[in-house]
Amino acid sequence: MQILSKLPLFKSAEICKIHDQDLEQRLLEMGCTPGEKITVVRRAPFKGPIAIMVSSYMLSIRYDDACNIDIKVINNEG
Amino acid sequence: MMMHVILTSKLLTMKDSDINIVLAGNPNSGKTTLFNSLTGLKQKVGNYPGITVEKKTAKIVVNDFRSKLIDLPGIYSLYSKSIDEKVAQNVICNSYDSDYADVIVVIADASNLRRSIFLLTQIIDLKIPVVLALNMIDVASKKGVVINIDQLSSEMGIKVVAINARKARGLSKLKKAIIETNENASNETPTILDVNDVFGKIIKVINSIRNINNDYASFLSLCGYDMGNSIKQKVEISILSKNNEIIVERLQAKETVRRYKVIDKIISICVRNIEPKGKYKITKIIDDILIHPFFGYVIFLAILFLMFQAVFLWSKYPMDLIEGFFMNLSIWVAEILPSGVLNDLLVNGILAGIGGILVFIPQIALLFAFIAFLEDTGYMARVSFLTDKLLKGVGLNGRAIIPLLSGVGCAIPAIMSARTISSWKERIITIMVTPLMSCAARLPVYSVIINLIIPENVIFGFIELQGLVLMSFYLLGFISAMLIAFILKFIINTSKKSFFIMEMPSYKIPDWKTVIYTIIEKVKIFFFDAGKIIVAISVILWLLSSYGPGNNFQEIENRWVDKENAGKYIAAEKLEYSYAGIIGKTIEPVIKPLGFDWKIGISLITSIAAREAFVGTMSTIYSVGDDSVKTLENRMKSEINQETGKAFYTTAVGISLMLFYAFAMQCMSTIAIVYRETNSIKWPVIQFLYLTFLAYLSSFLAYQILS
Repeated sequence: MQILSKLPLFKSAEICKIHDQDLEQRLLEMGCTPGEKITVVRRAPFKGPIAIMVSSYMLSIRYDDACNIDIKVINNEG
Repeated sequence: MMMHVILTSKLLTMKDSDINIVLAGNPNSGKTTLFNSLTGLKQKVGNYPGITVEKKTAKIVVNDFRSKLIDLPGIYSLYSKSIDEKVAQNVICNSYDSDYADVIVVIADASNLRRSIFLLTQIIDLKIPVVLALNMIDVASKKGVVINIDQLSSEMGIKVVAINARKARGLSKLKKAIIETNENASNETPTILDVNDVFGKIIKVINSIRNINNDYASFLSLCGYDMGNSIKQKVEISILSKNNEIIVERLQAKETVRRYKVIDKIISICVRNIEPKGKYKITKIIDDILIHPFFGYVIFLAILFLMFQAVFLWSKYPMDLIEGFFMNLSIWVAEILPSGVLNDLLVNGILAGIGGILVFIPQIALLFAFIAFLEDTGYMARVSFLTDKLLKGVGLNGRAIIPLLSGVGCAIPAIMSARTISSWKERIITIMVTPLMSCAARLPVYSVIINLIIPENVIFGFIELQGLVLMSFYLLGFISAMLIAFILKFIINTSKKSFFIMEMPSYKIPDWKTVIYTIIEKVKIFFFDAGKIIVAISVILWLLSSYGPGNNFQEIENRWVDKENAGKYIAAEKLEYSYAGIIGKTIEPVIKPLGFDWKIGISLITSIAAREAFVGTMSTIYSVGDDSVKTLENRMKSEINQETGKAFYTTAVGISLMLFYAFAMQCMSTIAIVYRETNSIKWPVIQFLYLTFLAYLSSFLAYQILS
């Protein structure tokens, strides 16, 4: 188990749990459901937002919020 | 600042068309493009009654049916959070709304199907007749996403039509589907997610409270959304919710997860190769440059720089044309009409006023063209991404960059666009600082003064000095907006957390139609709404400056009698003793430390209504009593300071004047809109006071130091 903010660029992972309830609801309706595959594709400098690919579109969220998202790294896709 | 029509709520007791067609969909799904393709220039832009969320409607004929097409703000689900989302949710859900749909068209980006049809399935479960318009299916299929439309249609029990909104393809099929769906509205459609299975008998209890058998509407009522329930029903539902220890967030989360499971099943049946190949290939290449951790910022600043250089440079030729045209028109009218009061009123009052506004249309059109262009390409979302960290530091949100940048056009729509910011605190701060961004109405003022005091030099071979000064005033507006936001961050308290969750759409070549419609719309608002006020002010001013109390004017003429070539002196003295002159003189002691005289004083007063009035006022004041037709610039150039005997408009006076206009809250419409948007008298008052203080202080300091 890892958190999304620590996921290196271009690594893929599965969403496990989103801790903040408000954040969870917002991300769920955008398609970030448990088990969904995500990939980090961009990072803004100085712990700015990070951009992820999810259900074939690009979504940006704040670094602090990414700390609240548990993920499971998908190893074989490296 | 530009005036903006605030439409008073139109009470629609009777439906004025056969079918209400509501257009709903995610942001960036091509919804506006489809709306433009269906309506052309027939669209009307107003506001939702009582609030200022932009409402686009159009009366069109769809296969012989008179229809009203309503464009909703973009939403991802019916779980609304920001205020514009609430409007969309309310139109969809509240059957008492005058725009309540007979048929909803959900538009979905075919290469983004999973997320797009979430909203669709919610609407289906509300049992509202709905048609799915699958946009850009041709593009998606090229990238390997193969959608079986017939199967999708039968799985969801609705009509699905492939369209290309931009190329206006598939529209006649869509229209046919809308009409057929309307005619078969009574047919029962299958339920996508049965909330009874998930939440049990509580749904049926709410059905009986609401007296309607609509499970999903009852579920949304339980979650606290406005479904057109009466107060008694709302109270009963909230008691029920309390007794059952309902936590709304958990309820919604559970429902959302279950709904996506159903959607994933439908997609696995109907779509082959869900992952589009190379969809983001070009976007990735562009993003490598545009959101590069270093060059991204450099490029953003360069784009802004280019924008302001272009606004100044490209507008020069059309502006000269318009100015020349009005000069000739004035000369012609002055000659053709018998001289007298009417002639004077027409030439120096009305024509001077209209010419003064029309001349700035090229600049304003260019400015809005740039903003619309940047928004339509998808670049604005990148700017939000790049600036969120910085903006978060001063208590704002990456999303605030859109209100802030459109504030360069006009603060009114900019303040309205702050509605997409869901955090109350971030939204209030955005509203409070947006008027600091230099709006298009300041452009005429800056433009006149810069031409007056800054030489037309080119430095380093390519930078126009005038453009550079102009840009630094825009920069000044931005920096002070950041500083004030930072101060407000500590003053305004909230316990609620804020979020920045934003889709980054793939880049696209802008839809020129959308850009052009935006320009036409904004120029129209500027010309007609602001224009009306400016012409009215011009006429009143002409009256005030052409007449004086008692027999002031008679005395002046008597004094100069028998003197040759006295006309000019008579006119100057008359203006000084006219009503306008007296008003200006009264406030002169207050503004003298800023380097202003009573003539500028008059302009400051008329500018309280709207900043653009400055140029019109100056034109009128300087042309009263002057028989020769000249441009305002030449008139101001020849103005002499009575004390020093040198030119009145020195660099110190010019800079001081520009600073005053940079900060002062001289826009009644903005005050009105802030009042409405914040729903309190407190915020506009605070805003007015702090801006006036900043204006006076900075002008005072600038004049005292520079002179």
